[in-house]
Amino acid sequence: MEKKVFERPKLLKKAVFHYCPGCGHSILHRLIAEIIEELDIAHKVVGVPPAGCAVLAYDYLDIDMGESPHGRCAAVATGIKRSLPDRVVFTYQGDGDIAAIGTAETIHAANRGENITTIFVNNGCYGMTGGQMAPTTLIGQNSSTTPGGRDYARDGAPIDLSEMLALTKGSVYIERTTVNSPANIRKTKRAITRAFKIQMAGLGFSLVEVLSPCPTNWKMNTVDSCKWIEETITKTYPLKVIKDTVGDKIQ
Amino acid sequence: MLKKTVFAGFGGQGVLMMGYLYAVAAMREGKEVTYLPSYGAEMRGGTANCTIAVSDEEIFSPVASSPDHAVILNNPSLIKFESALTRGGLIVLNSSLVDRKTSRDDITVYRVPANELAKKHFNDDRSVNIIMLGGFIAATKMTSIESIVKALHEIFKGKKSDIMAINEKSLTLGAELVIKGA
Amino acid sequence: MLMRGSHVIAESAIRAGCRFYAGYPITPQNELTEYMAGAMAKVSDATFIQAESEIAAINMVLGAAMTGARAMTSSSSPGLSLKQEGISFLAASELPAVIINTMRGGPGLGNIAPAQGDYFQATKGGGHGDYHSIVLAPASGQEQADLTVKAFECADRYRSPVIILIDGMMGQMMEPVILPEPIDPRSLPPKSYILNGASQRPSRFIKSLILDTRDMEEHNWKLQRKYESITRDLILHESYLTNDANLVVIAYGTAARIAKGAIKRVREMGLKVGLLRPISLYPFPKGAIVELSRIVKHFLVFEMSTGQMVEDVKLSLEGRSKVHFYGRPGGIISTPDEISKVISSLYYRQNLEEEQ
Repeated sequence: MEKKVFERPKLLKKAVFHYCPGCGHSILHRLIAEIIEELDIAHKVVGVPPAGCAVLAYDYLDIDMGESPHGRCAAVATGIKRSLPDRVVFTYQGDGDIAAIGTAETIHAANRGENITTIFVNNGCYGMTGGQMAPTTLIGQNSSTTPGGRDYARDGAPIDLSEMLALTKGSVYIERTTVNSPANIRKTKRAITRAFKIQMAGLGFSLVEVLSPCPTNWKMNTVDSCKWIEETITKTYPLKVIKDTVGDKIQ
Repeated sequence: MLKKTVFAGFGGQGVLMMGYLYAVAAMREGKEVTYLPSYGAEMRGGTANCTIAVSDEEIFSPVASSPDHAVILNNPSLIKFESALTRGGLIVLNSSLVDRKTSRDDITVYRVPANELAKKHFNDDRSVNIIMLGGFIAATKMTSIESIVKALHEIFKGKKSDIMAINEKSLTLGAELVIKGA
Repeated sequence: MLMRGSHVIAESAIRAGCRFYAGYPITPQNELTEYMAGAMAKVSDATFIQAESEIAAINMVLGAAMTGARAMTSSSSPGLSLKQEGISFLAASELPAVIINTMRGGPGLGNIAPAQGDYFQATKGGGHGDYHSIVLAPASGQEQADLTVKAFECADRYRSPVIILIDGMMGQMMEPVILPEPIDPRSLPPKSYILNGASQRPSRFIKSLILDTRDMEEHNWKLQRKYESITRDLILHESYLTNDANLVVIAYGTAARIAKGAIKRVREMGLKVGLLRPISLYPFPKGAIVELSRIVKHFLVFEMSTGQMVEDVKLSLEGRSKVHFYGRPGGIISTPDEISKVISSLYYRQNLEEEQ
């Protein structure tokens, strides 16, 4: 008797991802599709994709999605969630989107305790526009606008938005994970599932930051990219639960 | 006939309420009305004023560059509005606080010792604006006193009856004790 | 009842079924936001949010509009500059929203006095890309009530942002107003495009990214066809004493009220002068102006700016009649007396009293 152990999630449209080989977005899209299916919330979920590589998320995820201007996802999601409080609303944002141009919207949504979930994909660069320096780019890291590496005196230090958000009263669950290995992918899935459950229980703002490889702009191969996350990025952005005031209320 | 009136005094003297009562009374008499408060960047202090236009016909500009009437509660307001008043205009002064002489001989001046009256009858300054309004109505007959009373009841709906009694008494006091002459 | 303009708009919006408002403090329109804060709290299914920025406010409205809610934001000139991103996205994604601009003196921080310097910004798109908002310019308390209701209806009908353009004087002034009857937004026809979870239907997305150039062109033409139908159906204007006029003043909002007062004065002097007051600024009442130009050879455009609408008047006339301009920017409110002098001097200079 054959047993099917792996298949395309029902909520992943039959389209070929446009993402580069080794990109973390494809993995994350798949995880989101699986989670929504497992939680059985496809009929009441609304996603807000960003400007950036993942703007085309609605080409892959078979759920309601409303596109936001660059950085404004948290404000758009606020408008959706306040109008439809019983729906599950999530944003999906890159590091440039959330930690540079959208910092204000994000911090204030968290501070209001907007009952939404944010998936923050941190790849340390502006991927879609050609790998420019992002607020999260590491010191010394090359990018198309930091030839010779990010220089603290000139460019400032990498920002830790998740830690900043943890300071707000309205945020209840913030965890940093990565998708550089099967084990970490499973951890990421658990974190996003927990974030959705927290929202469904009406407990407040939840965010999962996912360190994600961008081999094309990092100018590395896939394996090296995953290794670089493990060995270098996590030094600046350690994998951990940054804040969890929910505790055992959500399993 | 279009008549524009400026009500002016310190912030806190109830100037805007005075104008609002008058505007509501005129509206209830079937007149066309506009009420334009002055607004500035500052929150407190300085002078407050509002302009009320009352007419039998459509009112075009709510602004009064040369008002027909001015109800003046303090010295700075007299300085500000006296020269703007139209030729043949009418001014009602709070003579308790305005000690400046008017410098124009082509306007009619009325006086009401509003703060003294308020102190004497109610031991309280709060009804100064209503006393002045009574004086203004008696001097101009722009509306009936009854319409102002009705407006008081409409605006202060639900307020205690003793406050209403003070308001009505204030109106009458102002109307009776307004004195013509500078 | 006697009511302040900004309160009239706020109350009329709620009565028109507005259930989402996001705003940010700015003078001279704080009374509108404050009224909304109090009044929306009494409506069980309504949301009021004081946003962290003008940009956040318009994008919250964008989100609310995606769910089908009648949504509104309001601001004054500098705030509208910030909102342009969201307005462009609303237009591109074909989402309805109502935006109030209580114009003040500019550019820059300017001042808080009444002005009309945002005409271009409002009527010509304002943000990036090829689009228009519907723009309505009330000139009285009653019109502020009526046009607020109309703004929500038009926003829904055309799936378009609608801007109500007033100034500090319109917002602060109290006039007698009959408020509209309240409607229950749940009684409005369902919207086919909204996002509320893909239950018993295929999933939907709302977007403005169209990478394929041919598709993008087609979307632009689609929007253009919508603007053509808006231009056919929605033009509003008032004509005052234009039948026998040798000179017609064109002005909107506060400027039109002052012009009317001036025209009344010069009529008493025997000058044949009328007023055309555009109520919809986009679509612009081009046809009415062209029609007048068969007889009227001189138009005087009066604006509380250095001259913006005057360009639309000239474009409408295409040289058919002479267009004169008088403007007072920076927050100056002209008196009817001043404008009547401008009118009469123009009238005599052009020998219009001889044209019978």
